Amino acid sequence: MRDEFVNTFLQNAKDNSSLIFLTADLGFGAFDQLEKQLPNQYINVGVAEQNMIGVATGLSLEGFKVVAYSIGNFPTLRCLEQIRNDACYHETNITIVGMGGGFSYGPLGMSHHTTEDISIMRSLPGMKVLAPGTKKEAEFATSYLLNSHGVAYLRLDKSFAPNKKDFFYSDFKFGQAVVHRDGEDFAIFAMGGILEEALDASEKLAQKGIYCRVLSFHTIKPLDGEAIKKAIKETAGILTVEEHNLIGGLSSAVSEYCMLNQIHPKNFKSLALKDEYSSIVGSQKFLRKSYSLDSFTIVETINSLVNTFKNKI
Amino acid sequence: MGEINTDIYLGIGQFARELRINAVKMTHNGNSSHVGSVLSVADILAVLYSHVLKVNPKEPNSKNRDRFILSKGHAGAGVYSALAERGFFKKSELLQHCRNGSNLSGHISHKNIPGVELSTGSLGHGLPVAGGMALAGKLRKKRFKTFVLMSDGECDEGSNWEAALFASHHKLENLIAIVDYNKLQSIKSIKETLGLEPFLDKWKSFGWEVKEVDGHNHKDLVDALSFDTSKGSKPKCIIAHTIKGYGVSFMENKVLWHYRSPQGEEYKQAISELES
Repeated sequence: MRDEFVNTFLQNAKDNSSLIFLTADLGFGAFDQLEKQLPNQYINVGVAEQNMIGVATGLSLEGFKVVAYSIGNFPTLRCLEQIRNDACYHETNITIVGMGGGFSYGPLGMSHHTTEDISIMRSLPGMKVLAPGTKKEAEFATSYLLNSHGVAYLRLDKSFAPNKKDFFYSDFKFGQAVVHRDGEDFAIFAMGGILEEALDASEKLAQKGIYCRVLSFHTIKPLDGEAIKKAIKETAGILTVEEHNLIGGLSSAVSEYCMLNQIHPKNFKSLALKDEYSSIVGSQKFLRKSYSLDSFTIVETINSLVNTFKNKI
Repeated sequence: MGEINTDIYLGIGQFARELRINAVKMTHNGNSSHVGSVLSVADILAVLYSHVLKVNPKEPNSKNRDRFILSKGHAGAGVYSALAERGFFKKSELLQHCRNGSNLSGHISHKNIPGVELSTGSLGHGLPVAGGMALAGKLRKKRFKTFVLMSDGECDEGSNWEAALFASHHKLENLIAIVDYNKLQSIKSIKETLGLEPFLDKWKSFGWEVKEVDGHNHKDLVDALSFDTSKGSKPKCIIAHTIKGYGVSFMENKVLWHYRSPQGEEYKQAISELES
């Protein structure tokens, strides 16, 4: 996803000298072209995230659109108050990019497991929150953000699901989930690259005669309420899947929407980290399996829910 | 700046006195804190707003205005008062400071207040943002200067030192930080809490041009703050030696007046000392 993001930035920035890219000394090799082609619009601010958001705020108050990039928890948690008091409160024009959502940097350990970012960013007034599930979604989300005003958090993932076929920029709508697979037995809502597990599971379930609707919630805030309503009306229930803590992420966002709008899914389950830190080390795939967020668990969960549901009828 | 005639200093002196009287009235009226901090910076603000900053109350967002950030947001009453004195808004609004529903919060706010660049209150936010503004000025080839007024205790915050590195690396000669060095922080003295010395050397070693001044001497302040930023490439730091609570005998050098609101006899005595 990072390449799509960088290329999209480069394309946009060539025609717009008001676009500035800041990195807190991460992205080895990834920004070489950017630095070479647009040296006046690329700044490595050093390992200093608080200052990066402060500088981004200052630049934005002077009319620049700023992208502030780092990985893991560094561009969000490390400088949370700068994001709240400076960037958000002053209604600036900044996109904060966090590369390596969830277990993308699984082997690097807990410090690099990004599993509370969505929750924390989502709670800031004025903040848009995006977590694309495919490379195309990452590209389109970047395009959208670079051409709209406001403060946003874009979570990029090392993993990604296959692009949806015939999916063009005009099909990408900010705040509108993408239906990657249609079905009326059950709905799976995914956030980020873990969409690949949801799609994989839906294949396996289809072989058993259970047809799932799989949605990529590339925008978590604002949330696509219509997609939720539709899924509740047309399927037997919703399963949310995310590489994130249970508190505050996609599961919470969907639950809040349902309760506040007095709509109740017939079934609702969530696969997420159960309010714990991930102290296991390993690949993204391995960690999904370790924390029961993989396609196998999705299949098992939906299988049992659908069977229980059918027995009730 | 030797040729400035004494009338100017008379004007600055009157401005500073107004700021001090307003600060005591505002914190009395709003039953609010930080009068000592405002008294500490009243002379710096008077020099800035009467003599140094190129700002225009009729055009508060003018592109070429000098930018001023109060990073020690708790001295907001001083800046509100300076802005009102300069005609950015009505002086009568000052009486609403910290009262229910007021725009004038205890820590400085930019919402609905012309002339305030940045809301602060949590320490260590001003210098990084000022760095971004100064950089923007250079990228756009604008001549404006960016000033930040910081507290000494605030220099405990690591974000300032991140910003200090950034400013010298990017040769932000158009950035001027002023540190209100009254040597008292929130509970005890700097010395007893987290020492800053050798303070001047710290800024110097970070690549800044540093001057030390008496932060209550208007001539010193005018000289120090009237930089020709078209020369040199270093960001500037003015370490202003000040006395917290300056101008009211019983408030001077007393941490208590970081918090206490002047009421009753104390209020009357403070006003009488400042008006005499």
